[in-house]
Amino acid sequence: MRNNLNVIAAYSIMMGLIILVGIFQSWNIALSIFNLCLISAVMTMGANIQWGYAGLINFGIMGFTALGGLAAVLISVDPVQEAWSAGGSNILLSLLLIITMVLVVRYILKNYKKSKNRTYIVASIIILGIVIIRFISEPGIEAIENVEPAKTGFLGGLGLPIIFSWIVGAFFAGGLAFVIGKVALGLRADYLAIATLLISEIVIAIIKHEDWLTRGVKNVIGLKRPAPYEVNLQQTDWFIDLVEKFNSTKLNLITDLAERQAALNQLVIEGSSVFVKLCYSGLFLVVVIILLILTQKALYSPWGRMMRAIRDNEEAANAMGKNVVKQHLLIFVLGSAIVGIAGAMLVTQDGLFTPGSYRPLRYTFLIWVMVIVGGSGNNFGAILGGFVVWFLWIEAAPIGLYLVNLTTAGLDDTHFLKVHLIESVPYFRFLMMGVGLLVIMRYRPKGILPEKIEIK
Amino acid sequence: MVDVDFVNAIILLLNYIFVPALAYGSQLALGAIFVTLIYGILRFANFATGDMMSFGTMFVILFTWYFQSAGINLGVFPTALLAIPFAIIFMVGYMLIIDKFVFKYYRTKKSPPVQLAMVSIGVMFVTQAVVRIIIGPSDRRFFDGEKFLIKAGEFKEMTGLNEGLAIKSTQVITIIITLILVSTLFWFLNKTKTGKSMRAYSDNEDLALLSGIDPKKIVMTTWVIAGILATIGGALYGLDKSFKPFTYFNNMLPIFAAAIVGGIGNPFGAFLGGYVIAFSEILLTYAYKKFFMYVLPESIEPDGLVQLLSTDYKFAVSFSILVIVLLYRPSGIFKGKVL
Repeated sequence: MRNNLNVIAAYSIMMGLIILVGIFQSWNIALSIFNLCLISAVMTMGANIQWGYAGLINFGIMGFTALGGLAAVLISVDPVQEAWSAGGSNILLSLLLIITMVLVVRYILKNYKKSKNRTYIVASIIILGIVIIRFISEPGIEAIENVEPAKTGFLGGLGLPIIFSWIVGAFFAGGLAFVIGKVALGLRADYLAIATLLISEIVIAIIKHEDWLTRGVKNVIGLKRPAPYEVNLQQTDWFIDLVEKFNSTKLNLITDLAERQAALNQLVIEGSSVFVKLCYSGLFLVVVIILLILTQKALYSPWGRMMRAIRDNEEAANAMGKNVVKQHLLIFVLGSAIVGIAGAMLVTQDGLFTPGSYRPLRYTFLIWVMVIVGGSGNNFGAILGGFVVWFLWIEAAPIGLYLVNLTTAGLDDTHFLKVHLIESVPYFRFLMMGVGLLVIMRYRPKGILPEKIEIK
Repeated sequence: MVDVDFVNAIILLLNYIFVPALAYGSQLALGAIFVTLIYGILRFANFATGDMMSFGTMFVILFTWYFQSAGINLGVFPTALLAIPFAIIFMVGYMLIIDKFVFKYYRTKKSPPVQLAMVSIGVMFVTQAVVRIIIGPSDRRFFDGEKFLIKAGEFKEMTGLNEGLAIKSTQVITIIITLILVSTLFWFLNKTKTGKSMRAYSDNEDLALLSGIDPKKIVMTTWVIAGILATIGGALYGLDKSFKPFTYFNNMLPIFAAAIVGGIGNPFGAFLGGYVIAFSEILLTYAYKKFFMYVLPESIEPDGLVQLLSTDYKFAVSFSILVIVLLYRPSGIFKGKVL
């Protein structure tokens, strides 16, 4: 019970902080912080499954997030018919060739003994295959990218509701994780970290530069939404009535009819964007709660106990007949799939896909700070970490500004030091994250809400 | 008579591949030795590598500005060369402070390497913040002095060839300084008593302690050497290209690749790894069209650019090499520690 009290206290403080932002700054800011906190929480849950349950370091979170985002584009954007007719057949043919190549290589590797000849044959198949595929795909890619480059220039997607992409994003990320896991999971921990970090950079490079698939750095904007549009809301009667009802006391104070209408219009505009954000919050909250229930169930299931056993002593678990390699792969795929969901959610909320914005600091290292600060191995801790760290990440600039003003209060407003410090306020967030991480790792190495091991 | 076209082709490759790759490789090599030393002796993957390099470079720039404002310069050489020794003092000081307040605790507690790697992420954030707060995130050029050793135009006039060979003075400075620094380092590691005890400590900590080696001294020497390498490597990169904290952070990735490809924990491997990464990046992304135009007869000249990969994938190349090395030879090309 005492442990639960900790959890409840920590979460109430967090919610209180967000509500304070709502009261003192604006509800719009508070809700956008809250939404991103929820998305961060999903990411941290994914990382926590890998690190907290199984002790696997995945520094490729950025790559899985981007793949989730790519799923959102490929699911929701309408197909570009012209592009398909221009180069679709070439692309499909190349895809088919890639699949055959992989199958042939697999077949050779499986059915022939390891020898020099086999290595040469496999290498020549791969090199030859790449040359042929490039030869076939190049005209197709060029044709696709020439279809109205300013507007489309890519194949488009399936034109389905964007919400499906959350599941597809999970599959994309899980698929990539399967491949990476097969390659890299045998490595020792810090080696795995470096390998995943670099592989995620390769993924980003591909997403950035394969314009026919993702539009690359030209970005995809105006994605469909699962929530209503503000402009439409502002014209629907029930919404205007709702806003009127909510603010009736405030509005009744204004006697002048024209003024009252103007005030109401203003409130409707503000209310509409709050309402849209609330819709997203609802959707995200559902995802977080479902994932939380599933991960909690998994943590306390026999499977969860086995994972902890593997994490704490691989050899012993192996000796007890547990397939460590297989379980590692499984958990790597599952965790990455959850990160993929978060990536799709992020793009859904933003309504745009910008490959250039995926940077390791924001999407890998920050998520890791969240997991460590929150408490690895404890799902409530991981979620809390997502909330706390994201909140600080956003509010660091105002806090930094306040601190700068406080410490340099004695200085003249035009003093070069003060001006310089005020200009560099945005970077105080890095300082805060770094110092926070170092302090937590030193004095509370298990995080704010540590893992509790219950032996029943 | 030597075929003129053939000479032209060679000059072309020298100008666009060999010289830039040699300079870039030297910069990577210094970073890779930095990573490998810390990994071999302090036993963790230092994710703050790029930012530590930018920290050192920041001091080089600050001192360069100071010298420039005081009217001190080195004539044809960049003023930064004069600033480097002063920057190294600050850099080493910073590293020793970080070690005392952050890494030492985990080292004496014998924490697993993973935890130290996580701690280095904290250091990364802090260093990044300090650099950005002091000097800002923008692009800075701090090169002065003579820009070119050989200009393309002059070379053409001198030799009467079609292709010009341009050698920037920064490229020559980079290569020379790297060679001096690395040979001194290898001499130090192989011939001096401290160097030998460092290697012993890296090979087998317990045995080294048993034979009376002072771990405090080893750790301090390592940080001093690391500080020198990071400052010089960062400054050379900044002189050759430009200084931007974000680029330095990203440079951590090819540096890691170089260290691992060479065999982590093995300084000589890291040195060569830098060149392996640099050359493969440039060789695979260079458009060979012009080269083939010189070499092949006109009838079979290629139409396309003859580029294996677009330059956008420059980073991806080094990471793919790393993945392949990890798969087939996890100890690296030159047998480092097996991880």
